[in-house]
Amino acid sequence: MNGNTLVEIKNLSRFYGALQAVKDVSFTIRQGEVLGFLGPNGAGKTTTMQIISGNLAPSGGSVTIAGHDLLEDPRAAKSQIGYLPEQPPLYRELTVDEYLDYCAALNHVPRAQRVKARTNAKERCGLHDTGRRLIGNLSKGFQQRVGIAQAIIHLPPVVILDEPTVGLDPIQIREIRTLIRELGKEHGMILSTHILPEVQATCDRVQIINKGELVLNESIEGLEHQMKSASLTVAFRHPPEQKVLEILPGVKSVQPEKDGRMHVFHEAEQNPTEAILRMAVEKNWGLYEIRPGRLSLEQIFMELTTDAAAENAQAAAVAITSDSQP
Amino acid sequence: MILTVGLREFKSLFLSPLAWSILAVVQVILGFLFLARLEVFQLYQPQLMAMDGAPGLTEIVLPDLLGNAAVILLLVAPLLTMRLVAEERRNRTLALLFSAPLSMTEIVLGKYLGILLFLLVLLLMIALMPLSLLAGASLDLGLMASGFLGLALLLAGFAAVGLFMSTLTQYTTVAAISTFGALLLFWILDWSGQGVGGGNWMAYLSLFNHYKPFLEGIFDSGDAAYHVLLITTFLVLSIRRLDADRLGG
Repeated sequence: MNGNTLVEIKNLSRFYGALQAVKDVSFTIRQGEVLGFLGPNGAGKTTTMQIISGNLAPSGGSVTIAGHDLLEDPRAAKSQIGYLPEQPPLYRELTVDEYLDYCAALNHVPRAQRVKARTNAKERCGLHDTGRRLIGNLSKGFQQRVGIAQAIIHLPPVVILDEPTVGLDPIQIREIRTLIRELGKEHGMILSTHILPEVQATCDRVQIINKGELVLNESIEGLEHQMKSASLTVAFRHPPEQKVLEILPGVKSVQPEKDGRMHVFHEAEQNPTEAILRMAVEKNWGLYEIRPGRLSLEQIFMELTTDAAAENAQAAAVAITSDSQP
Repeated sequence: MILTVGLREFKSLFLSPLAWSILAVVQVILGFLFLARLEVFQLYQPQLMAMDGAPGLTEIVLPDLLGNAAVILLLVAPLLTMRLVAEERRNRTLALLFSAPLSMTEIVLGKYLGILLFLLVLLLMIALMPLSLLAGASLDLGLMASGFLGLALLLAGFAAVGLFMSTLTQYTTVAAISTFGALLLFWILDWSGQGVGGGNWMAYLSLFNHYKPFLEGIFDSGDAAYHVLLITTFLVLSIRRLDADRLGG
């Protein structure tokens, strides 16, 4: 977990005409770390990854890969990364072996080691028996694997995968996730996705990007902690007024549901469980269920991405009203 | 690295039926024209024998063959070059080259080398026809060398223009049509200059006027320089265009 810093991104931004797709994004990736890059469609995930892989020039900011600046020394920096774009860059008319050999050659793998590199990459991606088949004839899942094999053939310290599990069946998804976890032990990985459970299953750290801005950068443990401890689910036979619970110390809000069930959201440090229990006994509310609620990553994701949207809308509204004043 | 990209491009050409059919069609048509010209020579041979300083076999057959070859390849070259970058862009495979530790120059030169190798094969196949005459006649090998050098330079120019057109678009047909249009325009530029004083510079730009001397056995370094300049210009433009791909949206 505490390996060297492999990728350092500072104040990255990118404009498409007037539209700013990435705003001032900074983060780092260490060796042996899988970074999950989350965000709704059009949030800037792919743009960021294209910039890191050298496919797109940034409008501002810097990218340093294993000590090489991507803009000043692109050749050295690019030799340290393997990149799988959203759509795998496969030559359909080649066989898997031909293709992987070509990729190895492009990445300066010495001729003598190419067969070994190819065998190794194929083994890791479960492509044992497909070497002589045409890529165009492979199924989508296998094509995706060839795409991943292409990204790791030269054993780069940094591997960037843009939505690697899109369009795969559940078994394949599981296999690819296992593969990612395995690769993540040695390489620094960046993984973009909009499938939330995937992040929980494979990543060490999560970043949520929304409208080009990083809105969350948290380790999975920290996130789990946040998810576990931020809410309670309680159920009463004689439910009290919502307000009674809301004034308890540490409680942020209460969300009632049917059958006397309530969700109590509280500060992470101040757990009101004891207070609720005591009051329930005193006032005879008929408490029959109390358990720590688990916020799903999805809820956090929704909260962060829609909150920002709401704030923006609010800001816009303020701007409009202040404009209209004389 | 240039060689890696070039050889891959060259091999990939032969994986599709396009390369084979182009080789076959060009060979059949030129073979027919070649034989027709040979027949003309045989017909007039007695009269030529009687003449003083009459043109020889090579002089009669070769310029005609190479002239026709140039026109046919003007039609064919865009079909070969159209897919170079346009198809990769359409299939989104350019990312592979862009994220590999390669400079744009290496990518462009690699692609160019691939197509040059193919054109060399085409050239050798054409050269086999006049060379077959060596079995029963003597040829002016100097004239032949000059003629084929001219054709080689011309084809290299075609390829450079085609490569550039292919970097402009993601539609192979658009690349082919624009290459064809550009080449044809370069070819016929000299038509406008006939008789008019001001048209001379246009005639000078014409590809055709810089090809003709080679067929007559004249190697003018000016003509060679014209072709080299044309090639360099379009290669540099291609590199710039691909670089702009990364910078632009």
